[in-house]
Amino acid sequence: MDRILILGGGVGGTLTANLLCRKLRRRVKAGEVTITVVDATGLHTYQPGFMYIAMGGEQASHLERPERGLLDALVTLVVGEVEGIHEETRTVRLTDGQQLRYDHLVIATGSRIAPEEIDHFGSEAHHFYTAEAALELRRALDAFRGGRVVIGIAGMPYKCPPAPLEVAFLIEAELRERGLREASELDFCSPIGRAFTIESVSDMATPILAEKGIELHTFFNVEAIDPDRHVVQSLEGEELPYDLLILVPPHHGQRFLMESGFAPAPGGWLPTDRETLQVGGRPNVYALGDATDLPLSKAGSTAHFEAPVVTERIAAVIDGREVDHRVGDYHGRVMCFFEIGDGKGTLLRFDYDHPPRPPKPNQLWHLGKIVFNKTYWHTVPRGRV
Amino acid sequence: MTEIASAPTTTRVVDARGSYCPGPLMELIRAIRESQPGQVLAVYSSDSGSRTDIPKWVAKAGHRLVGVTARDGYDEIVVEKTH
Repeated sequence: MDRILILGGGVGGTLTANLLCRKLRRRVKAGEVTITVVDATGLHTYQPGFMYIAMGGEQASHLERPERGLLDALVTLVVGEVEGIHEETRTVRLTDGQQLRYDHLVIATGSRIAPEEIDHFGSEAHHFYTAEAALELRRALDAFRGGRVVIGIAGMPYKCPPAPLEVAFLIEAELRERGLREASELDFCSPIGRAFTIESVSDMATPILAEKGIELHTFFNVEAIDPDRHVVQSLEGEELPYDLLILVPPHHGQRFLMESGFAPAPGGWLPTDRETLQVGGRPNVYALGDATDLPLSKAGSTAHFEAPVVTERIAAVIDGREVDHRVGDYHGRVMCFFEIGDGKGTLLRFDYDHPPRPPKPNQLWHLGKIVFNKTYWHTVPRGRV
Repeated sequence: MTEIASAPTTTRVVDARGSYCPGPLMELIRAIRESQPGQVLAVYSSDSGSRTDIPKWVAKAGHRLVGVTARDGYDEIVVEKTH
């Protein structure tokens, strides 16, 4: 019997489980293959919606559904927290003492945020990487009556790379609508030498920042927050005063991956083959989504395009056949929408060899993002798109 | 290309070969944070963007660019942490 164990019930884990079930249905029904998903909460969260709690009237209750309802009935769901992976015995240990054996392991455990790594982050800075934090940011925006808004990135890599720029654009538009723009200044701080990691996107976003009067500060790596002076300081020696501070918190891979010897500290990102998605040369361990160290967006879209690759590779081994390279090789495909504000958006579509060429922002791409968000539950996790 | 201001001894190597922009710069920043003033770091990068990004960052951060040397398939960028 082949035991497939999938760690994580996010986009990558859920979609991989469902695609495997579809591809290996006969074997699963015959008891030759088992597919098990382990998830810490048993709830599937649509994380791209968090930004809209802060910016667009979204509610947290709309962004969570029971994982069980999204999985094929033939997939077993285990709700529990992973404590470690024991490679020699091919066993995953949960904190409640359960031991789960595997023949094929898929690691889709995402990333974790670590705002505590920056002193005073919790009391001074806002973010939108949890539903609660996004709601707090919404409240702070509601109470804002003008002043200096500083938006920055306190660690790379981080989830959903366009998000801080989107937030800057959306806040600028909101302040204009509320008649507060004249009384406000906006600063956008980038840790690198341009507004965005990908040059073509940076070339698109930089003039929009200028047009909207948002000051761009490059090479601003957040080092400290001075709560007494309300100032954020960079490693490079700059200081920016703020009335409202919004920072992307530092991100890491899951601790148990470092403790189990799968991912190096301090990042905790899994060393992943860019084409096969195998982890550290192990033939039966795969990673997808945020958990990898691939030079790509940490985004649900990445996991969405990686899941068919992992599925094909595992299915090929179980079927005892060659991998179909048309679907079993990953070429770095990612696609995501990018909000510009004022009801406009654009689209980023790229792979390892082809950088994005974002179309001129328009209403269509903004609406595309809204429709995608609303229909997500019926499409992506179930493998319908 | 070689630009050598002087040749202090490298105290730490940051091997970022295979990593893509801004990976090598981020690796250097992490190493700088962990180092002491006076320490000299050598970044190995196979991403051609590092040749311009890292010297720009070093100038902004007020450290000292010791040199940029083309090696076999990668660049070695040597930086002294000054403060």
